[in-house]
Amino acid sequence: MNFDKELDAKGLNCPLPILRAKKALAEMSSGQVLRIMATDPGSVKDFAAFAKQTGNELLSTAEKGKEYEFYIKRK
Amino acid sequence: MNMPTDQTALDALIRQRLDEILPQKLEELQASKTPSMTIIATKGTLDWAYPPFILASTAAALGWNVSIFFTFYGLNLLKKDISDLKVSPLGNPGMPMKMPFGPDWFKGINWNIPNIVQAGIPGFESMATMLMKQTIKNNGVASIEELRSLSQEADVKFIGCQMTVDLFGFTHGDFIEGVEYAGAATFLPQAQKADVSLFM
Repeated sequence: MNFDKELDAKGLNCPLPILRAKKALAEMSSGQVLRIMATDPGSVKDFAAFAKQTGNELLSTAEKGKEYEFYIKRK
Repeated sequence: MNMPTDQTALDALIRQRLDEILPQKLEELQASKTPSMTIIATKGTLDWAYPPFILASTAAALGWNVSIFFTFYGLNLLKKDISDLKVSPLGNPGMPMKMPFGPDWFKGINWNIPNIVQAGIPGFESMATMLMKQTIKNNGVASIEELRSLSQEADVKFIGCQMTVDLFGFTHGDFIEGVEYAGAATFLPQAQKADVSLFM
């Protein structure tokens, strides 16, 4: 999947991946896609809830071993 | 359309239309409202510094309006230098005492040290705090300084309790910039309107 910006949140724990993602999205323009890599297992549910609440679209969630990959489209 | 002339028929018509219109209207109102949260932070230890700042910064990231009222020992969390926040295992049987270094079997040991021993060893609290800080770092958990500045960047409002400032002999100069000072009468109307109100 194509993306416009990448965020490495590996090794970070709750709530840092969400806070960093929010910051990254704020610097992007509408329609752009952010790719996030994380290792916090809690981030799977957290990014779904974050997307639902903020209106940014969670395009996909994937688990790759102990890593999680998210694609979020800026509102 | 024939308007009904008698009261009962009119009421029935209004009720019927309300049932049709209201659910969608309420949903629209709910969706357009910015959620808000107020927190009272009353504790000044390293462990209890986390809940208010974690929830405040996360809520702000979700787009909520957030304010934290710092009162009593919670005021410690607003000090310019918070590197001296401590956590105590003394009288806290819920706190695991584990070593943040060495092989896994060693890290897994819960050092069950009796209160009377903890109380008698000078510097025990400082040692426990040091171990906790190392564990926090090892686990990729943010420091309090980081969460506090992230909260401020995200426009979380910090309000210090003026009564406690006077009571404990602090001055506003002891605290970081950007703090407002007020009392209970400021907190209550905000809490009344907030969707989430928490005491910590």
